[in-house]
Amino acid sequence: MLSRTADHLYWMARYTERAENLARMLDVNCRMTLLRQDEDAVRRRWTAMLSTVGQLEPFLAAHGDVSEPAAIQWISFEGSNPGSIQQCFDSARENARAVRGSISTETWETLNTTWLEVRRFRNHPLAAEVSGEFFEWVKFRSHLARGVLGGTMLHDDALKFTQLGAYLERADNTARILDAHLEMLAHQTIKFDDVGDYYDWGALLRSVSAFAIYRKVYRDRITPRRVAELLILHEPMPRSLRHCMSAVQHTLEELANTRSVETQRRAGEVDAMLRYGRIEDVLAQGPRSYLHEFLARTADLGSRIANDFLVSEAT
Amino acid sequence: MALNEMFESDGTVRPHYRAYAEWLAAMPSQRLDEKRAEADSLFRRAGITFAVHGEATGTERLIPFDLVPRIIPTAEWDWLQRGLKQRVTALNAFLQDIYHEQEILRAGVIPAEQVFRNLQYRPEMQDINVPMDVYAHIAGVDLVRAGAGEYYVLEDNLRVPSGVSYMLENRQAMMRLFPELFANCSVAPVEHYPDLLLDCLRSVAPAGVRDPTIVLLTPGAYNSAYFEHAFLAQQMGVELVEGQDLFVDDEVVYMRTTQGPRRVDVIYRRIDDDFIDPLAFRPDSMLGVPGLLMAYRAGRVNIANAVGTGIADDKSTYPYVPEIIRFYLGEEPVLSNVPTYVLRRPDDLAYALAHLDELVVKEVHGAGGYGMLIGPRASKQEIEDFRLRITSDPSRYIAQPTLALSSCPTFVESGLAPRHLDLRPFVLSGSDITLVPGGLTRVALREGSLVVNSSQGGGTKDTWVLER
Repeated sequence: MLSRTADHLYWMARYTERAENLARMLDVNCRMTLLRQDEDAVRRRWTAMLSTVGQLEPFLAAHGDVSEPAAIQWISFEGSNPGSIQQCFDSARENARAVRGSISTETWETLNTTWLEVRRFRNHPLAAEVSGEFFEWVKFRSHLARGVLGGTMLHDDALKFTQLGAYLERADNTARILDAHLEMLAHQTIKFDDVGDYYDWGALLRSVSAFAIYRKVYRDRITPRRVAELLILHEPMPRSLRHCMSAVQHTLEELANTRSVETQRRAGEVDAMLRYGRIEDVLAQGPRSYLHEFLARTADLGSRIANDFLVSEAT
Repeated sequence: MALNEMFESDGTVRPHYRAYAEWLAAMPSQRLDEKRAEADSLFRRAGITFAVHGEATGTERLIPFDLVPRIIPTAEWDWLQRGLKQRVTALNAFLQDIYHEQEILRAGVIPAEQVFRNLQYRPEMQDINVPMDVYAHIAGVDLVRAGAGEYYVLEDNLRVPSGVSYMLENRQAMMRLFPELFANCSVAPVEHYPDLLLDCLRSVAPAGVRDPTIVLLTPGAYNSAYFEHAFLAQQMGVELVEGQDLFVDDEVVYMRTTQGPRRVDVIYRRIDDDFIDPLAFRPDSMLGVPGLLMAYRAGRVNIANAVGTGIADDKSTYPYVPEIIRFYLGEEPVLSNVPTYVLRRPDDLAYALAHLDELVVKEVHGAGGYGMLIGPRASKQEIEDFRLRITSDPSRYIAQPTLALSSCPTFVESGLAPRHLDLRPFVLSGSDITLVPGGLTRVALREGSLVVNSSQGGGTKDTWVLER
């Protein structure tokens, strides 16, 4: 397939996945503030979230102080924020539009409808009470896009490039969600082996659809150590780093070309690190340092994939 | 009084509209309103939009779709089809001749300087052989009905005619909105157009290529017809490429794929001649492929439509088409031209200047309804301004009488009202010449307007050719 087409498909999927994960992060923050009205905690939470998505500075420049409604609005719709949910859907649709000939009609119509409908939410500022509806909608548009892709596209390289993009993005996002959570708790010492705060850690699990999964896997109370293990190392957990990077490594092998040998090796290395890693070692290294190293590696893979597959070869 | 496609002058329904009219009469108007809203959302969801010249980038508009079909009886279509095939066959023969022996010029049928001085004549094509001797693979011939219902050819679009996707999408929308109608009226299908187009493109691959790789070359997502490019590429299962996706090495064209370069044999291009190769034509073109013309001239790749077809559909050539048909085919033209005054001729010029308020004056190189004067609708000042433009360079203009275009009932604000129409069937020429029964019907939505172009507020209708 055309390199340019692969590039658009890859980013179409990445942006859709990113929108979903933003909604997940926003959702969990809103739930938490509904539970606890402690103003400091609320501000800390939203500050951590803005910093996770790299928007703390521009946000403060525009608003001066962090407040919940402004933060939600900023991360959901702000035009000057290239990573807002609406901008992600715009970019996903722009990429889809550029390769309309290569995607199924259903895929195009799904992304186009999402793009048309997101405007419906923008115009009334989201109060925490109604925002839940929006986040649910975003998640379901992403579920729908994923299902439509798998259910209507030929399972060839085109689909694989969307999977490559989606899994790499999800791995990155799960790592950031966990990192943001740890950052928010940075003012206290986390005792990883003790039973953690039910609401804090439960909310984190819910944000990655893992609350029921946790119960199923551990059949026990929530400890930070197990949460970290579930999100980082547990293969069957579909949003864990291990699960995502295993899919990335596998997909890369199927897409291999003459230029991609080193990229495959590095993806294999990350996969092995997760496959054979132990949570003891992660905690010993320091979970945030571990996550930062992981994020550096996924960023490296992202730029290598672009070079090997997505940028046109020189003539 | 203009002919109404649906009604006789005494108000009775014409026979070929009878089944439809009965259905329409039984349809509650509220349900029609619902269907109109549904049609709107169908097109919007599918993103069947176009960008408008001069509006901000990224502005997308729907082309209004009207629910009342334009219906053509069987016998009328058979006759139209014969005329269209004849006309396009002759125009392809003309192009072959102009770029080789030029017998028609030597015979004095067309003044040689009119061809050679025309920017649409491409000397680069002289003595180049193209597969099957076909130049205009896809032709979109604009027809109108006037007076008592005679058809006239308004324009032969032989460069990169567009609109066929609307023909297909309009049919799809109609079948989805009103399936029961298609059970009662035997409408000839048009959905196989992409198949015919693919066959046509395959049949004109360079000699010796057995399983050609075909691509559709688009200027990109911001082109006004991008939707159509993507649609056709998808329907044919060929790659939709931009100039940057192709490169030429040693007179062979390749596309850049994730698995390395892949050879390309046929390019269905939707980019004008001027932009396809910055080395040969406009050096500032970012849309084209450097070296493409060399590869084309060497016969290593075929381009549809061929480079240089503009000389055959130019408005300065148009008045000669009946002669062209007689010259190459030895037949009388089936379809008529609109009587045309060629303002390079002193007699015609004098007549036109004396009758500007009755005539439509067109710039020879204009397109899309820009740069024309519609005498009967123009103010005195506009006419005088145009008069100056004409006298300063008469050879740039032709003039035609204003035709009383036929109309068809159309939904407007106030309900159902007659609006003027044209018709663009698409003629495919490859190893043989084919067309699907139908075409794009455009309708001028403003009352009394004769301009049907989508850029000027025109809409579209589904076009039905009846099977019996």
